[in-house]
Amino acid sequence: MALTKVFTRPDSLRDINFHFCPGCHHGTAHRLICEAIDYYGIRERTIGIPGVGCGVFLYNYFDLDVCEAPHGRAPAVATGFKRVLPQNIIFTYQGDGDLGSIGMSEVIHTANRGENITVFFINNSVYGMTGGQMAPTTLLGQRTTTTPYGRDFRTEGYPIRMAEMLAPLEGVAFAARVSLHTPTQVKKARKAVLRALDIQIKNMGFSFVEFLCACPTNWGLSPRQCIEKIDGEMLQSFPLGTYKNRQDS
Amino acid sequence: MNRIEIRDESCKGCQYCLIFCPRELLQIDKSRINVLGYNPARFVDNPEKPCLGCALCAEICPDALIEVYRKKKGAVKANVRTPNT
Repeated sequence: MALTKVFTRPDSLRDINFHFCPGCHHGTAHRLICEAIDYYGIRERTIGIPGVGCGVFLYNYFDLDVCEAPHGRAPAVATGFKRVLPQNIIFTYQGDGDLGSIGMSEVIHTANRGENITVFFINNSVYGMTGGQMAPTTLLGQRTTTTPYGRDFRTEGYPIRMAEMLAPLEGVAFAARVSLHTPTQVKKARKAVLRALDIQIKNMGFSFVEFLCACPTNWGLSPRQCIEKIDGEMLQSFPLGTYKNRQDS
Repeated sequence: MNRIEIRDESCKGCQYCLIFCPRELLQIDKSRINVLGYNPARFVDNPEKPCLGCALCAEICPDALIEVYRKKKGAVKANVRTPNT
């Protein structure tokens, strides 16, 4: 019996090796977004806007138009694009240092204005590219290069939960947190990405997907240990779920 | 009969596919080092416990290096779909 190819690399993802470390989930997030773009057939009118971080080389990997944004300002750049080119599909791809720290005001106000864009947020609880400093999403007790004794809530505060924070805003149509650490969760994440882009295609408002990812290099763990850490510690601080899913347009 | 193909020259040996294969058909090839400098994953089919074609390895592979081939039977629930627009 003939064999059928049932799983392959999406067309929108260029045939180039990722620069990411072994075990990093950025590649999985890239693949899911490309699959969703291929699924809706919107590659010719999609513009990606990466922030600054490990995801900054998105233009090498995505076979579509990409515009770089300064640190944290991707939602502001996306707002400009969407207002000038309302027919195009605009998404931003930001890490936790980019979106949760320096770009907090941009994302909050973009969400509150209900700009019709999609924000993909990569939460690996650490500043990946700059050398493992503490991020706003760093877990309590987690050791980073700037919290060598572990994050203490008395001096550094608590990990920030972006999906829960954005969900109550009126302009937000979809806010979800998904994880990429097991195949089951990847399948759920694919559904969330599809829904987020669907919301934008239907002009329903701001959509937001947060991915929980591993950073083996800066956590100082093997990829196998990273899965255990996400499954145990990280899911306790960042519960998965869909926090808002507007049905009417 | 079902099988997978790994682009092992781009594999970084993170072992995620080994962890999630329900038939334990994947292993790290200690005998060679690929161009990136890692021991890549290798697919070794076992006739007694053949590959299910479940695509869990492809689903978890962070570098999207695995292609899955399956005997066509019933609905194909994987990522290859035709665009609906």
